[in-house]
Amino acid sequence: MTATMHEFRHSAFVAIEDIQLQSALEGATHKFGTGRTDALAEVPEVEAMRDHFKKVRAATLSQLAHHLETFEKNATAAGTQVHWAATGDDACRIVLDIAQKHGVKLVTKSKSMATEEIHLNQVLSKAGIEPVETDLGEWIIQLAGDPPSHIIAPAIHKTRHQIAEMFTKETGQQVSADDIPGLTELARQVLRQKFLAAGMGISGGNIMVAETGSLVLVMNEGNGRLVTSTPPVHVAVVGLEKLAPTWDDAAVWLSLLARSSTGQALTIYTNIITGPARPTDPDGPQEVHIVILDNGRSKLIGTKYEEVLQCIRCGACLNACPVYREAGGHAYGNPYSGPIGAVIAPLLFGLDKYSGLPHASSLCGACKDVCPARIDLPRMLLELRADEVEQRVLPWWESMSERAAAFGLANPGLFKYGTAVMRQLQRPLAKGDKLNLPGKLNPGQSRKTPALAKRSFHDIWQSGELDNKNGGE
Amino acid sequence: MNLPKRVALLVTCTVDQLMPEVGVSTVKLLRRAGYEVDFPMEQTCCGQPFFNSGFRDEARHLAKRTIAAFAKYDAVVLPSGSCTTMIRQEYLHLFEDEPDWQEHARRLADKTFELSEFLVHQAKWDPPQPTESRTITYHDSCHMNRMLGVKEEPRQCLEAAGCTIDEMAESERCCGFGGLFCVRMPEVSNAMTNEKLRQAEDTHAPTLVTSDPGCLMQMRGLVDGKPFKVEHLATVLEEMTR
Repeated sequence: MTATMHEFRHSAFVAIEDIQLQSALEGATHKFGTGRTDALAEVPEVEAMRDHFKKVRAATLSQLAHHLETFEKNATAAGTQVHWAATGDDACRIVLDIAQKHGVKLVTKSKSMATEEIHLNQVLSKAGIEPVETDLGEWIIQLAGDPPSHIIAPAIHKTRHQIAEMFTKETGQQVSADDIPGLTELARQVLRQKFLAAGMGISGGNIMVAETGSLVLVMNEGNGRLVTSTPPVHVAVVGLEKLAPTWDDAAVWLSLLARSSTGQALTIYTNIITGPARPTDPDGPQEVHIVILDNGRSKLIGTKYEEVLQCIRCGACLNACPVYREAGGHAYGNPYSGPIGAVIAPLLFGLDKYSGLPHASSLCGACKDVCPARIDLPRMLLELRADEVEQRVLPWWESMSERAAAFGLANPGLFKYGTAVMRQLQRPLAKGDKLNLPGKLNPGQSRKTPALAKRSFHDIWQSGELDNKNGGE
Repeated sequence: MNLPKRVALLVTCTVDQLMPEVGVSTVKLLRRAGYEVDFPMEQTCCGQPFFNSGFRDEARHLAKRTIAAFAKYDAVVLPSGSCTTMIRQEYLHLFEDEPDWQEHARRLADKTFELSEFLVHQAKWDPPQPTESRTITYHDSCHMNRMLGVKEEPRQCLEAAGCTIDEMAESERCCGFGGLFCVRMPEVSNAMTNEKLRQAEDTHAPTLVTSDPGCLMQMRGLVDGKPFKVEHLATVLEEMTR
């Protein structure tokens, strides 16, 4: 998958023309956005809490190797098997090895962006292992064969009618699109059988807590609890930056995570997993594995992009982003959409492949405003654009016209002459204060291009008519 | 003896070339507020378009020209929140590796103001009692609102001039301009603008006011057929306080 400028535009255009999708996007992002505002308003001194959280995240990243080693030591002591994956392929191979060692044929999964990132489902399917997504939204997009279009609401782009149709096709049972509880119940029946039959459960992870070697998982549907406790083996794939040194740090993290993402004070379920089932436990997995995923993250440490690793994947920036709210998630060409996706996809997966994403922003700054860690995403988009110029990712004609324009603007004589020539050239096209450009030549498409004014402010000033004595007041 | 207070106008390239009447209104407003206005003729562009596109060297060159052109003034006023942000905040980033220029940039930053901010805080603007009233809705331009934190000042000016503000649902939602963004991604940009205009239309105010020439240009490009006009803050304030 890629997202060049052309690809982003094309995919965004399809989304913009889709009236149903537009109304779903606007509705959901608005609901999440206001939910976030209201939920944070309940916390006394929430701004101070965000400042504190930012400090915690920055301090953690500055000593990440140390904290990861502490986590590994404590998790191992609790009986968890810790694996290190340098790349997505490595992570997939580790998970596949574990599955094959146990002769697993069916895997249940709870929602995980990290496994979307490494395309784990495709790898498992190819090896003859059936992965079943059990988060309702994830199951829907798995049936549809779609990538997620929102970090926390992956099926935001699907209507209930489309969902009813897919469920009927999958189960052979008729279900009405107007019967939402019926749809949910049907999914529940199917998935319950999968939970009981699965040989392995795969999850992501929201927080790794170093001081006890625990993994924290948050969810609202409870499916993750079945994924991580019913099958004999549980494997979690977690990005290496999702680390809290202490439970105090994790507590602040949790306070901000649910409020920022869904507007809840806390998600319905918060799971804390510290090793496999003890001999006295009535249930729980015999083995717990945590695959710590690098996949391009560690190379950002110590660079101008390190701050982006403070992200806790709450999705608040998507809901606030006016570009995401029109373009939807698929235009970003990778599982991470919105402003955070526009920054991390080029950094993790290649600036050349995702060259459109640094430009998929008006730099309005709404993302930075809502980020629980106050990550300066607009600044990083600007840095990526500068990297594109430096690495010559931009087309030559664009670089040439930018440089020519800058040269002209740096030379007042040339600027005056150039704009005078343009005033002459535009005469046949100018209509009032707009240019009447034929459709394909109009850079703004349906948006009218402004004409140069008859006289520039420079001319007006120089003419002396603005002098006080001439009525310039 | 009270020496006349003197300010320099940085008119911005957009106003200079596309909407000089905004510059004229700005000059009149500043004079009515008791200032002598100067206009350094060598000014062109602050460099923001190039900075935003990643052309840092070109942006630095234009920034140095701007710093030099305005060095001798005590105060610089712009009818644009976005260009003010460029000078006040981004110049300092641009010259991180050139401490001398960063110092010059800091001196310029300290005396540079967006128009409404200047009127409220420096000029303590107190226009004559308004004789007419007008209902408007106001669009917060992104850099001015989020980076400069100037949100109340334009509203204070508008109210002082006799305007009643009918707020739209999301006054702070981006209009879709974003500099070259509107040319690079016209489909998304226009969809954003249409959303903004739809929200403005819902207020039934006959005028949509903004403090940024970029937003103005963008919204005017799609406003035809709508029952309201899009105007710059300076134009409205000047008309209302004649």
